[in-house]
Amino acid sequence: MTHFGQSVRELRERLRSEDPRFSVRQVAQRVGVQPAYLSKVERGDVMPPSEATTIRLAKELGVDEDVLLALAGKVSSDLQEIIRKRPRLFADLIRQLKEAPDEAVLRVVREVREGDW
Amino acid sequence: MIFLDKNRLRFSFDEVHRNADCEIEFQRTLRIPDDGNHYPLPPGLGRFPLRHLDDYSERLPVSWHPRGGVIAPMYQAEALWINFRSPGSYPFAIKVGTGKCCAITGDAWCNQLNSDPQDYVVIPDQPWLDGYCVEKGVIRQFVAMPLGEGYTVEEQLAGEAEHGGIQLTVYPMKEERFEELFSKRRDFEVHAHVESAAELVLEDASMGLAPGGQMKQEIYEDSYGLDAWDQRQRHRCFISLVNSAQWRAITSERPPTQAPTARDYTRAGLPWFDYYGGDQVALEATEKLAGVSSVSKLGSTKGNQPLPEHDSLTIDPTVVKLGRPRRKQTGARGDRFSDEIQRTSR
Repeated sequence: MTHFGQSVRELRERLRSEDPRFSVRQVAQRVGVQPAYLSKVERGDVMPPSEATTIRLAKELGVDEDVLLALAGKVSSDLQEIIRKRPRLFADLIRQLKEAPDEAVLRVVREVREGDW
Repeated sequence: MIFLDKNRLRFSFDEVHRNADCEIEFQRTLRIPDDGNHYPLPPGLGRFPLRHLDDYSERLPVSWHPRGGVIAPMYQAEALWINFRSPGSYPFAIKVGTGKCCAITGDAWCNQLNSDPQDYVVIPDQPWLDGYCVEKGVIRQFVAMPLGEGYTVEEQLAGEAEHGGIQLTVYPMKEERFEELFSKRRDFEVHAHVESAAELVLEDASMGLAPGGQMKQEIYEDSYGLDAWDQRQRHRCFISLVNSAQWRAITSERPPTQAPTARDYTRAGLPWFDYYGGDQVALEATEKLAGVSSVSKLGSTKGNQPLPEHDSLTIDPTVVKLGRPRRKQTGARGDRFSDEIQRTSR
């Protein structure tokens, strides 16, 4: 079982313990895939699904899209586009921050100015 | 701190608690008819784009610069609803203003929470807000109108066309209260350029929100009490609204397409929504907001028809019931997320 499949199953099962709508069949239906395929994904029998399906799955399971994409070994298209526009700058930034603690990374995130109103 | 994440505002209070993250987005939606009937909840048609105001300040009126915050595009007469999320199920009190008038009470904007009358919503209990509280269990939809024509709530209540936009202030629950109430809660975490400005500067870009048609939606009473909220830790954001043509001039980006009309949407057999909030108590409306005139009504007194296509609709039987049992002590987030997805993915 892959880390991705295992995580999806754990999240789904946790939600299902409180809500039967989170069965494999119903989640698959809402995400737009076959239940058998979702089962295989959860068991790690197949590669993680496409970016679009992974994003729908993340929304369904209430987890961050980027986190689930990362577990699937993918980087979202919009992030790829951002890096492609200024590759040296962002590659350098990411490498410099790779070992930084979360608090340090958060300091780099751009704040919305609260202003004076 | 506040930051932008995929057109969502994220209010993060790491200094209070690691789960104290609140996400707020503005959903495009259908404008419901302003005909005196009470309509169910319309769907979400995707988030409005949000951009840092500071990135485009050279093209915006100088008087806007101190506001900070973000800008968003709206077509005239377009409707929106506000979607609240607390991914870690951490409770927040949120004040919502339009043109610096409180959307819950109609009172002038102030920076603290008030309980009599209650001038804020509590999340996650309140999953969304579609408009002004004009009667118990009924709101009037948020509809964008240009400032200066007399339709906005700000102009009707404050007699001014000065601020426009949307104002938000978010207050987290006090950490000790959170730990006391939710310490047994389960944790669901997964481990795991703008081109150089043209000389164009918009002199008159303001849009405000005005009361549209009536919708069934309860604004819930705060069941925790005023003392639960940490008012020393607030974050505030001003969302300045520009019309869609101005958005293109300011950002060089294409605005979202216009939302379908409520009639076309209904004719296509697509669902509307209803929400059941368990045993939560709904707030009464204040006299101020109960007394505001809708855009349509004001338009007819002025001899105008400011809202295109606002004929009455019969919506049946495609109302999807959303709701959940009272979840205060259990933090059952699955229900809320699935409800949210149902309303936002259509």
